[in-house]
Amino acid sequence: MTDVSVATDDIEALLERASDGVAFDGLHVTETDGEYALETPGNEWTGLDDAALRRALDSVAAYVTNWRYWQETVGGEGTARRAFLRWCERAPLADADPDAAPTGPRTGGADDADDRPGALGVTDRYDALRDGIDREWGQLSITARFVDIDAPDGERVYDLWHVEDAGRDLADLEIHDDPRDARELATYDEDGRYRPLKTAPTLPGGWAFTGLSGAELVETVEFFYPATVANWHRELRGNLDVDHWLETAERQTGIYDVIDELPREAVEWMTEACCVDSQCLRRREWQYEAGDDLAVDGGDGPFPCREPCSLVVAAARKWATLESEDEHTYELELTTSELNQLEELIDAVAEGRTDEIREADVYDGANRYRARYLRAKRFDDEGDLEATRVDD
Amino acid sequence: MQALVIAAHGSHLNPDASDPTYAHADTIRETGAFDEVREAFWKEEPHFREVIRTLESDEVFVVPLFISEGYFTEQVIPRELRLDDWDPDKWESDGTSASQATLEATDVGKTIHYCGPVGTHDAMTDVIVQRAETAMEDPNVGDGVGLSVVGHGTERNENSAKAIEYHSDRIAERNRFDEVKALFMDEEPEVDDVTDYFESDDIVVVPLFIADGYHTQEDIPEDMGLTEDYRLGWDVPAAVDGHRIWYTGAVGTEDLMADVVLERAADAGADIGDAREAVRRLAASAAEAGTDSSPEPNAGAGAGD
Ligand code: SF4
Repeated sequence: MTDVSVATDDIEALLERASDGVAFDGLHVTETDGEYALETPGNEWTGLDDAALRRALDSVAAYVTNWRYWQETVGGEGTARRAFLRWCERAPLADADPDAAPTGPRTGGADDADDRPGALGVTDRYDALRDGIDREWGQLSITARFVDIDAPDGERVYDLWHVEDAGRDLADLEIHDDPRDARELATYDEDGRYRPLKTAPTLPGGWAFTGLSGAELVETVEFFYPATVANWHRELRGNLDVDHWLETAERQTGIYDVIDELPREAVEWMTEACCVDSQCLRRREWQYEAGDDLAVDGGDGPFPCREPCSLVVAAARKWATLESEDEHTYELELTTSELNQLEELIDAVAEGRTDEIREADVYDGANRYRARYLRAKRFDDEGDLEATRVDD
Repeated sequence: MQALVIAAHGSHLNPDASDPTYAHADTIRETGAFDEVREAFWKEEPHFREVIRTLESDEVFVVPLFISEGYFTEQVIPRELRLDDWDPDKWESDGTSASQATLEATDVGKTIHYCGPVGTHDAMTDVIVQRAETAMEDPNVGDGVGLSVVGHGTERNENSAKAIEYHSDRIAERNRFDEVKALFMDEEPEVDDVTDYFESDDIVVVPLFIADGYHTQEDIPEDMGLTEDYRLGWDVPAAVDGHRIWYTGAVGTEDLMADVVLERAADAGADIGDAREAVRRLAASAAEAGTDSSPEPNAGAGAGD
């Protein structure tokens, strides 16, 4: 660690605070009657005068520059921004609530909090920050690293790209440095379709943000995945305010007033349709109501979903209308293979697979020719499936 | 620290709906007047519900990017922001005079200055006039020209028509245009009959909408007879019944809107320094640039693509 450079400036800044006592990330400085005591996990000095303290601080440059970065550059004690940046470099999280385990962040969360295994002390972190420390946040891959790798002065910067681009050469990626560019990048998927749900796993790659400051990193992440940092932080501190389905549905007015009529089992189907990991990277923490959990898996993402989103609310309105219809028994003639084909068609649409089915792959029931054939055979002149209602 | 939140509708279907919100937010970001600026939406993210918690500032100014006082500004936004003590009476408004109410967001314990919508602010009148100037490429437009402000009309509440009439009246009082008329999509007097209401040969029609969408880019051009089919686009001006109709895009996309947002926040006590001057300068230079390069003749085409 000897090549970590500590600027006189850093030491002056620290000395200014020394009389009030400094205790941060393993660095302790106290002053009694003009004499200083200095302590790091590996060393201890007592009875230092001013000059001796300066020399001692010089020898624990990593601790001094780390203190400077977090306390002076990042600041924001207690904010989500600070906690997130700490998480990015696997630093102990001061505000993690050890009792918040059941809803604690799943990815790296459990091993992140103070005194839990996995969090890195200053020495290990400084080693790791030379190569860069990588984290994943949904489809984002974040790297925290020193600005100056050869002679680190404690200043960190952050790089951000799509997880699928993690192994790619930077030269192949479009480089950005303005956090606001993330808005545009997050608007369309690979096929140019609009992404109304920012946490859908359809973020396209091909871009990179490099050399962001901590504040810029958080801003960029928040443009990609709005409010995820704030809610993750609340969860970390054990005060995530989950609004379950019924509360959310009952709060609605206007055209969404009807959604609280959606039957409970339909809410299950809805979460299976919309909220599972293949459709949304938020980890659903809301349930039917407090004490009445939904059976569908909420997912494994690092950031929680604390209430049904606007997309689900809007879709629920459609399902509330559809579920108000009565069921009937219909009779229609199909071969066994045709029945199977209907299942294949529904599956293909539900999995978003229709684009992948090859033109001539007539072995796939959701192939376009197969679908057209079935329509030609089984639809009447009005374009309806020939089915007869038999229950009245 | 103080923060600005611009609260807009957004869309699940149309990616362009949020463009004006982003544009105005960015303009205000450039001025540095606020420590934090956020866009928030009903149909996009961050949702109204979760925007306040993303802020570090203790004092937050929320400006609804909506045209009128009504369902969204009086019910939906305050409810979703968790302004538990909110009551529309706190605005003491006659339907177009809301300024602000100071409340607390209960999930975060921050002070929220909940402002009236941009659409009813007096400064909005200037934006409408500026729209007319850009449409006709004439900074002194008025003489021999009729101006129509077009709105939705009866939505969920009567105030929607009030906002349109309010600005029409204010523009009429300035005696700048030969004729000024408020027209509506859903009620009398209807925009369909626009040429019946004007004697002037040139009529500039400004839709008082926040964003361009199917109302401004499909219904209104077809209703006025600018085009048979919005997909084919239309001319600016377009000849209808012996008049020339200069139809502009939604007024909410005008650069000067950022100034209205700032004024709303300033009225509510935000310290914005000289940000308004900066925004006005910016908008003026953009407007000038717009007049120099003639607008696309089929400016309306594309919305349906
Ligand atoms: S409600 Fe479901 S789909 Fe919407 S954000 Fe939450 S988990 Fe995702």
